[in-house]
Amino acid sequence: MSFPWAQQYEPKTEFTRWLDSRLPLPRFVWNAVGPGYPVPRNINYFYNFGVLAGVALMVQIITGIILAMHYSAHVDTAFDSIQHIMRNVNEGWLFRFLHMNGASFFFIVVYIHIFRGLYYGSYKAPREVVWMLGVVILLLMMATAFMGYVLPWGQMSFWGAQVITSLFSAIPLVGESIRMWLVGGFAPDNATITRFFSLHYLLPFVILGVVILKVWALHIPGSTNPTGIEVQGPQDTLPFHPYFTAKDFFSLTIYLIFFAAVSFFLPNALGHPDNYIPANPLSTPAHIVPEWYLLPFYAILRAFTADFIISAKLWGVIAMFASIILLFFLPWLDSSRVKSASYRPIYRWFFWLLVIDVFILGWVGAMPAEEPWVRIGQAATAYYFAHFLIILPIVSMIETPRRQPNSIAEAVLGPEAVRARPASRPAEGGFGGAMPQPAE
Amino acid sequence: MASDAKIISAAGGSPEGADVRRRDFIYIATGAFGAVGAAAVVWPMIHQMNPSADVLALATTEVDISSIQPGQAIKTVWQSKPVFVRNLTQAEIDAAKAVDVSTLRDRETLEQRTQPGRLNWLITLGVCTHLGCVPLGAAEGENKGDFGGYFCPCHGSHYDTAGRIRRGPAPTNLVVPPVTFKSDTLVEIG
Ligand code: FES
Repeated sequence: MSFPWAQQYEPKTEFTRWLDSRLPLPRFVWNAVGPGYPVPRNINYFYNFGVLAGVALMVQIITGIILAMHYSAHVDTAFDSIQHIMRNVNEGWLFRFLHMNGASFFFIVVYIHIFRGLYYGSYKAPREVVWMLGVVILLLMMATAFMGYVLPWGQMSFWGAQVITSLFSAIPLVGESIRMWLVGGFAPDNATITRFFSLHYLLPFVILGVVILKVWALHIPGSTNPTGIEVQGPQDTLPFHPYFTAKDFFSLTIYLIFFAAVSFFLPNALGHPDNYIPANPLSTPAHIVPEWYLLPFYAILRAFTADFIISAKLWGVIAMFASIILLFFLPWLDSSRVKSASYRPIYRWFFWLLVIDVFILGWVGAMPAEEPWVRIGQAATAYYFAHFLIILPIVSMIETPRRQPNSIAEAVLGPEAVRARPASRPAEGGFGGAMPQPAE
Repeated sequence: MASDAKIISAAGGSPEGADVRRRDFIYIATGAFGAVGAAAVVWPMIHQMNPSADVLALATTEVDISSIQPGQAIKTVWQSKPVFVRNLTQAEIDAAKAVDVSTLRDRETLEQRTQPGRLNWLITLGVCTHLGCVPLGAAEGENKGDFGGYFCPCHGSHYDTAGRIRRGPAPTNLVVPPVTFKSDTLVEIG
């Protein structure tokens, strides 16, 4: 779709010719993930996580539809229906464990995908919209995962719902009404479980829709690559099929090995045992924690302990949402023209500090709200915001980037190889020859 | 056809461009009518998520407090929220009174939080004002926090013997619901 040298779809049989002039679906697939989509030839394995995320989403949708056939969304029966799935439904245990762990694996894959984008500058022009759609997907995923975690109506489900919906009561004046509107009562109850079930079923399809928009937006400039320089000609790319379909299948196999290993041998390792206790509105578990993938944000929420103009509670809520909303502005916070951190000697260090910082936040989020965790969490929260709001703008101004290769082909094959066949296939259009064209 | 063309060119803008034309009016009227209609449809869609009539009907709860000894507390439920009913000991009352109210985050005295003449009956919601966990400290042997009242384990809010926030992220004191003493042993909440 994106580059002029992309292989054109040519229907080979009578039937495909007939279809192509009526519903060009095979052409669409050809251009989206087939030979008609040229991809930078040097992308590494970190570029496989987008496809893995797509597979993880499909696993969640399929196992989720199956679970919904046996689940019962009612305060009196929800917890028991999970046990019914585990014990009575044929292979019910399999689908539940795949769905439970599938959520965790979806987040693992997506977090790696996000950090890959941060490292290789995938959020920079002309891919800001691709990045922002990704942030939308992250927010939708968090909402979906949260509501899904409430459905089994165990202790962690109930108290998770209580804590997260109470976030909204921090809003001045209307907060409490919003909270009651969200849960449909004074506290999470039957009305909560039924609406969460409805939305938990809906949102994955919304995510799928945004994924389609994101892939569409991605196909206009095409992928970034580890050098961060744009594609200049046919010598820089390879068709998606068969080169990257094969590579993606290989990484998918590795992924499925890990996914299966955890789902079959450690199915509860990523969950919390308290969720096997039925919800009790009168007793909070001694130590409430969200699912692991929300821990860094939970740590940010808890980092505010003193009032300053507005209440500490509202600060925490604002900071937690801001930590993600901030990512929407990343393309403009980082003004460096160099995309890849491989050529940004200072940014590279700060990238790794950010990774460490997020791990620290996650670890603090899992700890009780006591010293020294509170202090550590506050420092890590401050650093998180400083990274995006102070360090990144300054670094992108003062940094002297390293010399980048002239082209992807030169980076991959060496300058000699490129010079040896200069006229064989001239770059069409040169730099910026990637003529943006809307996908179908 | 010819008259159509004339209408279109007239709607397209006269050189003066200042006068309101019939078509502008139709656009605005259609848009406004559509907006009102959309609002009328959207409101029920939003409002259906608010608490339903049966949920709102849970009005009051009566509690028999005769068996609660000084130093003890019970949990009960009002509007599907937990409520702590606590019989304070003299020491706890003194501790609550000894605090300089001006140093508190949410400035209230024990007198303001209890019924006249019944300083020992501290009745509060068992809902942490931070994010809604049930604080510990009502049941025997639970952690009462650094100030001897309640302790919320979720994010570490400490409440004192008057249920006032003393340390941690919670913004306000534990909420005191409407309370009426029907007799010395019977309280109505709500
Ligand atoms: S809910 Fe009690 S401290 Fe957060």
